[in-house]
Amino acid sequence: MLYAALQSLSSHWRRHPGQLVMLALGLALATALWSGVQAINAEARAAYDRAAATLGQDQLSRLEQSDGQPVPTAEFLALRAAGYLVSPVISGELREGGARLRLLGIDPLTAPTETQSPTLTGDTDIADFFTAPGLLLVSQATADGDLPLGLPPLRIAENVPPAAAITDISTAARLLDQRDPSYLLIAPDQPFGLAPITDATNLTLRSPEVGSDIARLTDSFHLNLTAFGLLSFGVGLFIVHAAIGLAFEQRRATIRTLRALGTPLRTILLALGLELAAIAALAGLIGILLGYVIAASLMPGVAGTLRGLYGAEIEGVLRFNPDWAIAALAITLLGTAVAAAQAMVRTAQMPLLAPAMPRAWAQASGRALRLQTLAAIALFTLAAALAVFGTGLYAAFACLGALLIGAALALPAVMTSLLSLVRPKGAFTEWIVADTRQQIPGLSLALMALLLALAANIGVSTMVGSFRTTFLGWLDQRLASELYVTAATPDEAEELMQALAPDVDAILPIVSAPTRLFDRPADVFGVVDHPTYRQAWPFLAATQDAWDRVANGTGILVNEQLFRREALSLGDVVPLADGLPIVGIYTDYGNPNGQAIVSLTRFAETFPEDRPRRFAIRIAPEDTPALATRLRTEFGLPADAVTNQAQVKAFSVDVFEQTFRVTGALNVLTLGVAGIALLTSLLTLADLRLPQLAPIWAIGASRATLAKVEMARSLALAAITFVFALPVGLALAWILLAFVNVEAFGWRLPMQVFPADWLLLLALALLAAGLAALGPTLRLARMPPARLTQVFAQER
Amino acid sequence: MPGPTCYIRPMTASLLDLRNIRKTYPSDGKTLTILDGVSLKLDAGETVALTGESGSGKSTLLHLAGGLDQPDAGQVRLNGQDIGTLDDAARALVRRDRIGLIFQQFNLVPSLIIAANIALQARLAGRHDAAFCAELAARLGLSEMLSRYPEQLSGGQQQRVAIARALAHRPALILADEPTGNLDEETGDAVLTLLLELVTETGAGLLMVTHSPRLASRLSRHANLSRGRLEGI
Repeated sequence: MLYAALQSLSSHWRRHPGQLVMLALGLALATALWSGVQAINAEARAAYDRAAATLGQDQLSRLEQSDGQPVPTAEFLALRAAGYLVSPVISGELREGGARLRLLGIDPLTAPTETQSPTLTGDTDIADFFTAPGLLLVSQATADGDLPLGLPPLRIAENVPPAAAITDISTAARLLDQRDPSYLLIAPDQPFGLAPITDATNLTLRSPEVGSDIARLTDSFHLNLTAFGLLSFGVGLFIVHAAIGLAFEQRRATIRTLRALGTPLRTILLALGLELAAIAALAGLIGILLGYVIAASLMPGVAGTLRGLYGAEIEGVLRFNPDWAIAALAITLLGTAVAAAQAMVRTAQMPLLAPAMPRAWAQASGRALRLQTLAAIALFTLAAALAVFGTGLYAAFACLGALLIGAALALPAVMTSLLSLVRPKGAFTEWIVADTRQQIPGLSLALMALLLALAANIGVSTMVGSFRTTFLGWLDQRLASELYVTAATPDEAEELMQALAPDVDAILPIVSAPTRLFDRPADVFGVVDHPTYRQAWPFLAATQDAWDRVANGTGILVNEQLFRREALSLGDVVPLADGLPIVGIYTDYGNPNGQAIVSLTRFAETFPEDRPRRFAIRIAPEDTPALATRLRTEFGLPADAVTNQAQVKAFSVDVFEQTFRVTGALNVLTLGVAGIALLTSLLTLADLRLPQLAPIWAIGASRATLAKVEMARSLALAAITFVFALPVGLALAWILLAFVNVEAFGWRLPMQVFPADWLLLLALALLAAGLAALGPTLRLARMPPARLTQVFAQER
Repeated sequence: MPGPTCYIRPMTASLLDLRNIRKTYPSDGKTLTILDGVSLKLDAGETVALTGESGSGKSTLLHLAGGLDQPDAGQVRLNGQDIGTLDDAARALVRRDRIGLIFQQFNLVPSLIIAANIALQARLAGRHDAAFCAELAARLGLSEMLSRYPEQLSGGQQQRVAIARALAHRPALILADEPTGNLDEETGDAVLTLLLELVTETGAGLLMVTHSPRLASRLSRHANLSRGRLEGI
């Protein structure tokens, strides 16, 4: 009996393949967007774990200087002499132009086995590793990428993170120009009878890293992506809900007939469930494939974003992971169950003898509308409460969720209210308004999907636009110098600065040292006292005498990220160089880490080994090209060692654009999905509406007129949805800028609006609605009169 | 799931025995009595026409007889078994195995071809007999259109499909709700002739609702419903 019932019910799809395609498409798209985002997140997190596991950082404790400076070699030798099993590591970064390579120099003879350093094979490799010029072990992706010049020979090895190389400590010391180890790895099993290692040294003991800095830093980025994936999945489920709703509605009579012929209700429900599960499984598989394609195509962009924004190195390549595929299939089945729940409950509650009502599903009761409106008001209240009292990223996303769902639920009531304000003149217009009002329940789900997509689009584009405008203005302030020069060595930089000084307005040395502030990675810069900084530096807050105090070594400037992350304020003391009070807080967009600025003198005292290799030159703009040429010809600097302001800006803007490429792509995809949701609903209503249209046709409205009305109505509903989406999108942007970005990136931006973008989006929304309505409209315009008269013959 | 044989009762009982049936519906805050103590018996091979004005409760009585609805009071006995007290699933099985239903609106499954529509209830009941279905189709003039869909058939043809479906599982009782109500007089006569022939051949009982005294006169008995009570039995 189950088979016969299943066959009868599923025969519907053979007769309506378009509906099946819509259902499968909705499910596949929802799965694709969700699983694509999950695949990206999984791949990035796996990369962080691989990086964290390099040299056993996730298992081994280490000894280091509290100020982040190298550990004196004498200290290492003393510990070894006392019998402690410690191993030196020299760690640092080589930079040249845009190329970066993180070096990890190890001592294979003393390294604990937990370091799991790549195995060297063959006598040649082992000999090369220890002897000059040395050997760098890198991944294939690193070897294929852009690398600094003058490196020793490379060997490909597995388990080396991207943009990193493992080498002998002597090779690292030479390449990084650093004699002492950066830190000492401690073997977990020390010889019996020794005192705790902390008693034998003044060095600071750091426990193994549980979750790397990068993983913590990028959590918010991945949460952002997940939120977008969820939004896309939700919008996709609207399509599924609409398609399932239509199929159930059209099969209402069949279900009644089956029950009348003696099929128990539970058998029918089981058959419907099995049928949906099969469709969901198939569409889910297609979705996983699509998701893989989407993720693979977005992966290079994500890698660029993570590199530019957080300094996190991941390969731009996606590996297939069965875990996320299975999870995606499970969430597809779960999503289908959620989307089908209403239709299943209606089927279960459908009285056997109620007359067939082809538009019953469209006739949402006034009570349901009131409940929906009340729920919307409750959600808006919750969103407001979270905005005022909530803290943290999860509260921010909960606020976003409450706002968006509340807006979606409020939409039918808003539309109905707007239509009740219309006072039509003439019978035909009166019919159009009444008919539109009657259609709203049927179209509301699709319009809600459109609302969500539009609001997300407005919100994200406002956020990105605000960011772009602020960022470009900030770049102009930060990159005030005309030329930037990088010398091969600090000595060469010194010579160049002395030689150029008489011919330029000013020379501003650029020097920085990596360190840890408040137990997080940070960079400290040393600057000279110069009007370039005093006039243009982008402060968020500063004391009156900020630059004076920096210049005389009694003050420090910190970037916004450090200020927000550590909840600092002016006057707070930063634990650097015996403690310096904060005299200014400056914006520092695009930097993942904390940053601080002290005077060049203070810097030299604190980091004596770090001398400037780079410097900026102030010169009349018209003299810049000539000086750049002179630097290359007279001083023999390579082309990429001299960059002008425009080149640096272009590079920075490129990093910026890369950052939001992924969200932009997801935005467009979500809008596309919403367009399909609208198409599904219009196709749904097209058949069900014939009994309403046929009498109007019979009393004198031509098919062409009716088709035009249908098209105009779709466009009008899309326009109203857009108008409602506008404030919702702006509220979304405000939450993104005021809460999410602060948590995710560490900075807050002023909100700006871009009406021209709205007009473009409105045009896109109308285009989507027009395209969605085109098929049903043309079909109506060309419908044979016999099909319309059939309505009267079959009317029940 | 119990097989159809569990419903067999001693042949001494009437095929259908409606006893003192009462049915009311709420209407504008009041209770509207549709059937008020209606009793009716029908034996195997017997054909009964049920007439009455619109709203007199004819269809309601038919639905109660078919287990599609339950009475407020009284008994609906099929072969001696009170099906009015069964739960929804058990009544569904009674309909599936022992009753053939013919509706005024045909109620064919639009996505199934005619052959599948005819065989539907027989397959649900696990009693599909392809040869019998083919014979029914031939007798009803449907052989040439077995692979078509319902929408491609005329009203008269669709009703003949509905009749074939109702007979294909060899039910004991056929309940027909104005089976010719949507057909012209000539087609209606032809359809009824075929229905009566087939009912006679299969030995089933037929309870048919109709507005037409002329059609009612062609059945072996005639009962009229008026103000919730039965006349003329």
